Amino acid sequence: MTTSEDFSLIVNGSRRSVVDAVPGESLLFVLRERLGLVGSKNACEEGECGSCTVRLDGETVCSCLVLAAAAADREVVTIEGLASEDAVLSDVQQAFLDAGAVQCGFCTPGLLMAVDALLEADAEPDELAVREAISGNLCRCTGYGRILDAVDRAASARRTQVTP
Amino acid sequence: MVTVTIATSIDDACAALDADPEALVIAGGTDLMVEVNRGARSVSNVVAVDRVPELRGWSLEGDRSDVLRLGAGTTCADLAEPSLAKLVPALAQAARTVGSPQIRNAATLGGNLATASPAGDTLPVLAALNAEVELRSSTGTRRLPLDEFVVGVKVNALAPGELIAAIRVPVLDGPQEFLKVGTRNAMVIAVTSLALVVDRPGRTVRVALGSVAPVPVRAIEAEVLAAERCDFDGMGLPPDEVVDRFAFLVADAARPIDDHRGSAVYRRHAVSVLARRAIRRAFPGVSAVAL
Repeated sequence: MTTSEDFSLIVNGSRRSVVDAVPGESLLFVLRERLGLVGSKNACEEGECGSCTVRLDGETVCSCLVLAAAAADREVVTIEGLASEDAVLSDVQQAFLDAGAVQCGFCTPGLLMAVDALLEADAEPDELAVREAISGNLCRCTGYGRILDAVDRAASARRTQVTP
Repeated sequence: MVTVTIATSIDDACAALDADPEALVIAGGTDLMVEVNRGARSVSNVVAVDRVPELRGWSLEGDRSDVLRLGAGTTCADLAEPSLAKLVPALAQAARTVGSPQIRNAATLGGNLATASPAGDTLPVLAALNAEVELRSSTGTRRLPLDEFVVGVKVNALAPGELIAAIRVPVLDGPQEFLKVGTRNAMVIAVTSLALVVDRPGRTVRVALGSVAPVPVRAIEAEVLAAERCDFDGMGLPPDEVVDRFAFLVADAARPIDDHRGSAVYRRHAVSVLARRAIRRAFPGVSAVAL
């Protein structure tokens, strides 16, 4: 038998209540189906593809593998939280556009979250560090070349911003 | 009514498990939620233990601070940090091969033990280290050696109401290796894996294999050979015939099966290659030591 339960999450800085969730629902399901945040994508549901990547208390995780109710009161940042409130794209988002690193776009939200976390931890990642950082994000379109280029562009842009 | 208890102490978690010994314990969720998402596991009461600070830290114990106690909630990302990696290098190497950064941020050492998969990456290392698992319940604490904890394919020795609290491993003086064969370099489940640890003062080598038997297996005869023939003073490269014999004995300890990830024949071959590589890396010869 399933019973409803209520809890709340802090999503992109705002407290959001989740009502009538069914036990066992993943954070990804709650974000998409109950809170209307459909930027995080649902694909493998087993942590292989990375398209559902979000930040949970700052760390990148696969939201499909987080039990939503167990994440109660924690800070979640989704792809919707990456651009500024007036919809100005983040440097990483802009770099992906500039480099043409987006084709079908399904992996893009997860990649952007992974790259954003990488550049926050390491302003000058070498190619190996970049490849490791995005190793959990599958892209079946690009062959990754333009994604690596986008990460380079974003890293340069961020460095320029820090030291004008 | 299904309840989700977010424990903030081990006592909390044990009390919740006391109330419902069948409750699901969830830490990182990286194994458990795969089953839940697939509909293969119905969700009853849940005890979340990822916010228990006591489960997260590590400390050195013993008269000579040569025993490392790792909280069960130590993540794979934590294990790969330099401060821990220098104490148990093979465990760091193994943790770094688990899934992706996203998975390593969530997946825990305790979870790897609880899942008890033959392909669990940390398990051969824990077997080679003669790790001890500390279990807690509302009635007390008990400690089990690894081979009494992981007892079958995805079968562990947890009693109802029990929780994995910590894992103890020795801090050894000597090289360590963890090697893994998969279909690519990242995001891969082991087709076969091998952990090798050297105890220089104890003049022993211990080897354990993953994904080649229902549980991690030690290659005892290979260990005996290594203890007799390896150069623990100079760490010199063993003669070819010793390396050959070592690799043969390691492969002989494997009990692999054919499955969708690889054939038994391939696994036995692969594990002998890993054995060769590991023993040569651990005993690299005088010139390499000088470097």
